[in-house]
Amino acid sequence: MSKSLNLLVTGAALALATPAMAEKLGLGRPALSEEIAAWDVAVLPDGTGLPEGSGDVFTGDEVFAEKCASCHGDFAEGIDNWPVLAGGQGTLTNRRPVKTIGSYWPHLSTVWDYIHRSMPFGAAQTVTADEAYAITAFLLYSNGLVEDDFVLSKENFTDIHLENEGGFRPDDRAEAEYPRFRAEPCMTDCAAEVKVTKRAIDLKVTPTDPDGKPAGTLPVILAAAGDAAPAAPAGETAAAAPAGAETAAADPALVEAGETVFKKCKACHKVGEGARNGTGPMLNGIVGRAAGASDGFKYSGPMVAAAEGGLVWTPEALAGFLANPKGYMKGTKMSFAGLKKAEEIDAVIAYLGTFAE
Amino acid sequence: MSETGNKGTSRRAVLGAGLAAGGALAAGAVRAQTPDPLITEVQDWASSFGDPVDATPYGLPIRFESHVVRRNVEWLTESPVSSINFTPIHALEGTITPQGCAFERHHSGAIELSKSDYRLMIDGLVDQPLVFTYEDLARFPRTVMTAFCECAANGGMEWGGAQLEGCQFTQGMIHNMEYTGVPLRLLLEEAGVKPDGKWIYAEGADASSNGRSMPLEKAMDDVLVAFFANGEALRKEHGYPVRLVVPGFEGNMWVKWLRRIGVYDQAVESREETSKYTDLMNDGTARKWTWVMDAKSVITSPSPQAPIRHGKGPLVITGLAWSGHGKIDRVDVSVDGGRNWQTARLSGDVKSKALTRFHLDIDWDGSEMLLQSRAMDETGYVQPTKDQLRAIRGLNNVYHNNAIQTWWVHADGEVENVEVA
Repeated sequence: MSKSLNLLVTGAALALATPAMAEKLGLGRPALSEEIAAWDVAVLPDGTGLPEGSGDVFTGDEVFAEKCASCHGDFAEGIDNWPVLAGGQGTLTNRRPVKTIGSYWPHLSTVWDYIHRSMPFGAAQTVTADEAYAITAFLLYSNGLVEDDFVLSKENFTDIHLENEGGFRPDDRAEAEYPRFRAEPCMTDCAAEVKVTKRAIDLKVTPTDPDGKPAGTLPVILAAAGDAAPAAPAGETAAAAPAGAETAAADPALVEAGETVFKKCKACHKVGEGARNGTGPMLNGIVGRAAGASDGFKYSGPMVAAAEGGLVWTPEALAGFLANPKGYMKGTKMSFAGLKKAEEIDAVIAYLGTFAE
Repeated sequence: MSETGNKGTSRRAVLGAGLAAGGALAAGAVRAQTPDPLITEVQDWASSFGDPVDATPYGLPIRFESHVVRRNVEWLTESPVSSINFTPIHALEGTITPQGCAFERHHSGAIELSKSDYRLMIDGLVDQPLVFTYEDLARFPRTVMTAFCECAANGGMEWGGAQLEGCQFTQGMIHNMEYTGVPLRLLLEEAGVKPDGKWIYAEGADASSNGRSMPLEKAMDDVLVAFFANGEALRKEHGYPVRLVVPGFEGNMWVKWLRRIGVYDQAVESREETSKYTDLMNDGTARKWTWVMDAKSVITSPSPQAPIRHGKGPLVITGLAWSGHGKIDRVDVSVDGGRNWQTARLSGDVKSKALTRFHLDIDWDGSEMLLQSRAMDETGYVQPTKDQLRAIRGLNNVYHNNAIQTWWVHADGEVENVEVA
């Protein structure tokens, strides 16, 4: 920059022209204490971040049954492939280790923090501090670490130590592995004989295309000259409108949109051929059907009562429930925050309407 | 090379040494018997109009490429909102992964967060806790960098044995993008890190929060608070409007929808860095803080989803190599299950902590092959075999499988995922 030009520019402009950031830019604004309190809720192993509060095993059992058991089971044993939270002690050297809070997790703070910040699945940040203490107390009890009269609080929290607290060590690959793998590699005659010892084909667990080939196998280019349209990929096949009596009446675009929305529900609810009850009841024929009517599903008390009262899942009733499940039916087991957009609700009801009983 | 070629050992040796096949035709190439109507007849597309410029304001790939999509493996997880899908690396070339088919891992679904609703907080052991809007971030000096993002569990299903048919499923939890963003260092300096601040903890705005701790040293080194990928805004599923880019470190630490950076004197030891993303060893103890992704490579074609359909003759072997420790130095390829190796070409730029493309052009004699690739990085680390890793780590590891992959190419060109010994 010439001296004459230098005279023309201000000090601030000079600072802008300097990429090395010695001084601050003055961007952003101070965070308010209320904002920090709202967002900085992490709890650390030494108890940093724990709020005032307490909860006992008995209360924890009740809250767990309401908010957690639909996935984790009444005894934290895990339903289907949802995480098992209790037991497994002594299995970490087994071929199939069971990694639970009791057997694997090093810190109780992690349990409290995760419940409070990220659970229940689909309805995070709805657990109060006292409930988090109570659920944590119940999980300690489920793992045989406390008696049933135990009360967990901010005061006694750091007295509790999990069994596997000493079971972790920082990454030691730099000593245990890297020296071994830094040798100049062999280039010729490195092995006398090589044999195939395992074949994935024996397991048959790879997703496949309709022709039985691994999903996504590249289409043949020259097989039929002039007709280069590829076979439909697996995704498209799955997106095809499902067989159902009402399919013809529904707007295909709405049904397709509804299928996308339903991905939020699929964790718990199954539809289509062979659908069974899972964490939630299967939903074939749900539109227009009486509430609480899926055989073999253990509905919540309020849902049973509503069914006895004659509740029918008309599109209007479903829309009300889906917009705010807990508001529509206090005490429902469905731990889902609800669909905020009316168009999503309409779409998912249209989609569900394509599945006959 | 323009000769139409006699097959023979001398010619094979030349091709096998890694020279480009150029325009050479394979021995026995089909000679046209009748004129090709695609050439002799005027085709529709050569006579009438194509699409006008206002037909496609933002384009998707042409329909003939509809197989090049992310796929998931349903039995892997209980819920598709806390799950993973896989990049179709068998169908891609070069090194940059398009955002639209780059693998996704969500712990509570991909959320929709607008720039106007976006806030980033920096708090904890800082002189002045700050809140930034998206507009604020956009006024900090920017950096451009290319980096691979690999899930720590990439290949985890293969740890016990060959399991899935195709590199999309066995190595596809990876993508490589060119990011533009603000060095995290600048944001931390703006807040002023106190002397006892040794760790940062990054959290997302989604329901899972997916908080992860990392040493301040890394945060001040090459971590980027990114808002562009491959020249455009981040896609929703990649953390729009702002994500963390943590070069060389496992993908779980690349927090999406970045909401808060806390500065601490210790690791938070969140769920994602204790119960998950830790490596259980043979003796029942576990490694934690295994952040760096070690050197790895895979042949993307031929592979089970990309069989050889042209018969013997010139064959392009292509693949990807990468290392979280720096640049790829060399990639060797074996066609006989690791008995003999030849060095492949590294094609294009070799960038630190980014995907590197390698090619090896051979004259395939039509006999079966056990194809392997072996990456070396600039630290001298050589990609190990699965057995070498198992000997150290045991059978209960899920994460950080960077072992050599074997593809069994049959004489008919079909390819299987196998293990050899």
